[in-house]
Amino acid sequence: MSEQDPKSRAIAEIRLGPDLFHLLCWVASAAAVATLGLIIYEIVSGAWPAMQKFGLGFLTSSSWVPNRENFGIFPFIIGTAASSFIAILFALPLGLAIAIFLSENFLPLPVRQVVRFVVEMLAAIPSVVYGLWGIFVVIPLMKIFGAWAVSTFHGVPVLETLFAPPAYGNSMLTASIVLALMILPTLTAISRNSLTAVPGTLREGAYALGATRWEAILGVILPTAAPGVVAATILALGRAMGETMAVAMLIGNSSRLSWSLLSPGGTLAGLLANQFGEAEGMQVNSLMFAALILVVITLFVNLLGEAVLRYTQNQTAGIR
Amino acid sequence: MKFSKLFLVVGSAVVGLASQSSAQQLSGAGASFPAPLYQRWGVEFNKLQPAVQVNYQSVGSGAGVKNFTAGVVDFGASDAAMSDAEIAKVPKGVVMIPATAGEIVYTYNLPGVTGLNLSREAMAGIYLGTVTKWNDPVIAKANPGAKLPDLPIQVAYRSDGSGTTYVFTQHLSAISKDFNDKIGTDKSVTFPVGVGGKGNEGVTALVKQSPGTVGYVEYGYAKGNGLAMANLENKSGKFVTPGVENGAATLANVKLPENLRIWPVDPEGASDYPIVSFTWLLLYKKYDDAAKLKALKDFVAYGLTTGQGFSEELGYIPLPAPVVEKAQAALATVQ
Repeated sequence: MSEQDPKSRAIAEIRLGPDLFHLLCWVASAAAVATLGLIIYEIVSGAWPAMQKFGLGFLTSSSWVPNRENFGIFPFIIGTAASSFIAILFALPLGLAIAIFLSENFLPLPVRQVVRFVVEMLAAIPSVVYGLWGIFVVIPLMKIFGAWAVSTFHGVPVLETLFAPPAYGNSMLTASIVLALMILPTLTAISRNSLTAVPGTLREGAYALGATRWEAILGVILPTAAPGVVAATILALGRAMGETMAVAMLIGNSSRLSWSLLSPGGTLAGLLANQFGEAEGMQVNSLMFAALILVVITLFVNLLGEAVLRYTQNQTAGIR
Repeated sequence: MKFSKLFLVVGSAVVGLASQSSAQQLSGAGASFPAPLYQRWGVEFNKLQPAVQVNYQSVGSGAGVKNFTAGVVDFGASDAAMSDAEIAKVPKGVVMIPATAGEIVYTYNLPGVTGLNLSREAMAGIYLGTVTKWNDPVIAKANPGAKLPDLPIQVAYRSDGSGTTYVFTQHLSAISKDFNDKIGTDKSVTFPVGVGGKGNEGVTALVKQSPGTVGYVEYGYAKGNGLAMANLENKSGKFVTPGVENGAATLANVKLPENLRIWPVDPEGASDYPIVSFTWLLLYKKYDDAAKLKALKDFVAYGLTTGQGFSEELGYIPLPAPVVEKAQAALATVQ
């Protein structure tokens, strides 16, 4: 082994630490991408027989009858969309209010830190715990509310349909309320980030022009942060759509369509959680098909959220 | 220093695992319904033969059959036994052994009403959505003297696929043509009415929380939770209270076929409880490992004899003597 040997010099030039690290990182990120690809491949190949048999009718048919080999997921698509949408309806005003509160100096910083920490801790509670809490706390309350709503809104157009009897405890509304709480941390954290990212100069400018704090928040800060808040909402929507256990425990798992929020419903994720374990034959293929639809919807929603977030960062980059 | 400590920990863990594997491990997977009983057998059997450890995972009957077919477990368990098509997929052959039995009960929440009688017409009608009020004549007829409230019936069912739903819908399909035509038999079916709860505990929560709700759960579960259970009309027109004695009466009248796979779909005896089902252990016909074979046979034999003693306290029905004999004969064919 002389020093002139080019091969041994080349080996010596490989810096063990950085190059190995580079390789490891490369493998790790490739593995992550490959995993997603593999998952989608597995789902598609599992769903293939059902795709051939039912085609697009699978999305529009509303009968899911496993023992008659009759599969359609329309009620579950509607249920997924409705429960997530109602959850956003509850979570957005609340989450945005918390985010504004945390990004302004209403309270001393340490107190705000504590509030922020507590809200973000909501994300750490396991789904099944939310489900149990829903069964033992929310459902009894919803039964009282349901009975009240049915008698109060009787005869009022629209509301009468939305709160039609019979009032069930396990209902679309119950699931949506618990979902709202579950997506609150996502919504709050991202909204707060985009609010604090609003340049201090803008804020100071508003005050210098004589704006009150209220006017500064509504007229300057919120509009500047708006795309970030929209992104937060979309990402929270994605999370709500994929949520499984708590929803399966609370929504009542029925494939009957109803306008009433007090009626049981079903979601795609809940359907999978309920039936996959004991499914056989075409039912497995159909569940795979349903899973594929769910993956496509949530991937699309998440990509949309990411895109809006990117766009925002580019747009506000100039004024920072 | 820290690394060497870590190695020490990992190393000792590996050694620990290795020393454990010198004991005989039996792994099983399947139905969740008999899981408490099988796990109890495992614990008690381990006291008799400390070298044998039984690890039973309650993953559901369907998953149990899949695992068993794939050969990743030593034994499987299923509430629905195995169909001939499923058996054909297992090259080593299958021996099905009825291990215990259970009842499915109608549980209800109706303040002020105890000992509710449900006729066959009412049983099917409630789940078909044709009987909608508690004071419906169909229910009132079978309950003279009971003060039935003018309350809508809220129906609860299992939203997850389960052997319980299979046995329940199988019985209703047998006693009602309407039910058979409109709903049929399966592990998960679509009922025209009601709310789905996940698992026995989900249905129990639904029933407990709302007066006027009726649901179906396993007897052991209803008993453990102190739920009210309805007396059901059987084929001979008698109203039978759920319980070990009446369930055993049903099983005693069952004539087991060669492969031991049978459901008393609509039992005829006067004191027979109508909705009863066996649950099966699935064994291969041949095992390559002689030590494993011996441990497994000892374990199943223990379950069929001494193990039956735990049935009652856990809410199962002990197998009647003729069934145990046939099951033991089937066990003897395992090599």
